[in-house]
Amino acid sequence: MKKLINKPDDVVTEALQGMAAAHPDLLRVSFGPNYIVRADAPVQGKVALVSGGGSGHEPMHGGFVGMGMLDAACPGDVFTSPTPDQMIEATKAVDGGAGVVHIVKNYTGDVMNFEMAAELARGEGIEVEAVVIDDDVAVQDSLYTAGRRGVGTTVLAEKICGAAAEEKQSLQQVAELCRRVNVNGRSMGMALTSCIVPAAGTPTFQLGEDEIEIGIGIHGEPGRERRKLAPASEIVESLATPVVEDLPYEEGDQVLAFVNGMGGTPAIELYIVYNELHKLLEERGIKIARNLIGSYITSLEMAGTSITLLKLDDELTRLWDAPVRTPGLRWGA
Amino acid sequence: MTVPHAQVVGWIEEFASTVAENREYLTQLDSAIGDGDHGINMDRGMKAVLGKLEGLEGDDVGGLLKTVGMTLVSSVGGAGGPLYGTLFLQMGTATAGKSELEPEDWAAALDGAVDGVQMRGKAEVGDKTMIDALVPARDAFRSALADGASFAEALNRSAGAAEEGMQSTIPLVARKGRASYLGERSAGHQDPGATSSYMLLKTAAETWSGGA
Repeated sequence: MKKLINKPDDVVTEALQGMAAAHPDLLRVSFGPNYIVRADAPVQGKVALVSGGGSGHEPMHGGFVGMGMLDAACPGDVFTSPTPDQMIEATKAVDGGAGVVHIVKNYTGDVMNFEMAAELARGEGIEVEAVVIDDDVAVQDSLYTAGRRGVGTTVLAEKICGAAAEEKQSLQQVAELCRRVNVNGRSMGMALTSCIVPAAGTPTFQLGEDEIEIGIGIHGEPGRERRKLAPASEIVESLATPVVEDLPYEEGDQVLAFVNGMGGTPAIELYIVYNELHKLLEERGIKIARNLIGSYITSLEMAGTSITLLKLDDELTRLWDAPVRTPGLRWGA
Repeated sequence: MTVPHAQVVGWIEEFASTVAENREYLTQLDSAIGDGDHGINMDRGMKAVLGKLEGLEGDDVGGLLKTVGMTLVSSVGGAGGPLYGTLFLQMGTATAGKSELEPEDWAAALDGAVDGVQMRGKAEVGDKTMIDALVPARDAFRSALADGASFAEALNRSAGAAEEGMQSTIPLVARKGRASYLGERSAGHQDPGATSSYMLLKTAAETWSGGA
């Protein structure tokens, strides 16, 4: 294992210390239990957004704490759900009296821990609405499994709902909006290489030199199929086609196209992916009205990409364009 | 026979040492169909519980079990933390204010455990989870009492039913949790959660019926 770390056990703590040192204007970090809140929390009269999950997906979620996006993020160990004590403390720290939305990715551990935190928070008189994101079309048999995993749409939901909260929309409005983003978003990812969890020290899964995994999860969970490496055009087609056909996105639709890097793929390749996606959607008469290209929801050093589409309407577009100021996403402010 | 507070503590300690002894075994079971951390996580959680027991005062069994639950919730993580945390919290609610457990109190605790885990995990018997050990154990305990069995005998029948339930998970296809993504490939493996739940009931029977 070759990593820029000191000790495997200290990875999460030291990365959080680094965030605190780098961004005191945007956020504060609490330790034991660990959580990150925006620098001016709690914002009175504003619905607060709390998310969280295992570490190793940076900049998600801690990098999205700040004006116009998340009020708090709860980082667990690498690829391990955070615990309710983190979530309840974060929830209390950001509650400005207008209620709190928990944005939860659909993994069994994350969902249960956030459920417990929500029950505890309600017990303390804080109104909490939880929204579960489950946008990964790679999981086909969702009736007989824990359901679709939460992936790329999470980033878009956090941005759009953060903007709505800044406008002082109500708890019910922000939660409904978050559900609407989830319903209109679909994703699928692929891996060129595996990743190494620091505490494990060895690759999470094995991929041959000429093999790729289509439909990978963000923790290296198996996807739809393993196949031989192919040109970017073919790979993009095998990701985008199931995404487009699932909702489905149709001729005349306006979409936000999000080309995400898994952590080890350079921007030059992500632009090749975007170029192929742009052509594919154009052929189907689907218009990319907004885009996001970069590594925002990662799996440590995994090389690969994921494609997320979000069907836009005027409100979603306006909220996407609204100012945001976080370590990971910043425009208009 | 009743089970006094001190013996409930004894059961928790016995469960903790059984989990520690089987840390690798539980982790192995989890590696086959999950993410390979069940033994590590449960051991970390039960060690944290042992630390909490040292400073605990009074003889309220309900308070003791709630403390165990809250400690597991904040130290285990993953799905095991909320599931075992809820199990103990509900057992604690069912036994609040008791300084010793009558058979009917333990039956109520088992009801609380089953209801809590089902509420949290939304699993049914046959989904290849903890529930496959817990439900038969609860049912066997209640029917043993109805048959007029002693507390000790009912505990032993309950543990036996949990063991059969645990073994029944081997051919099952998982429908909950990370194992469910494996589909048919999850068959042929014993469920790690059902296994630790069996250990929980086995240690109760051993600690209490042996000491009675």
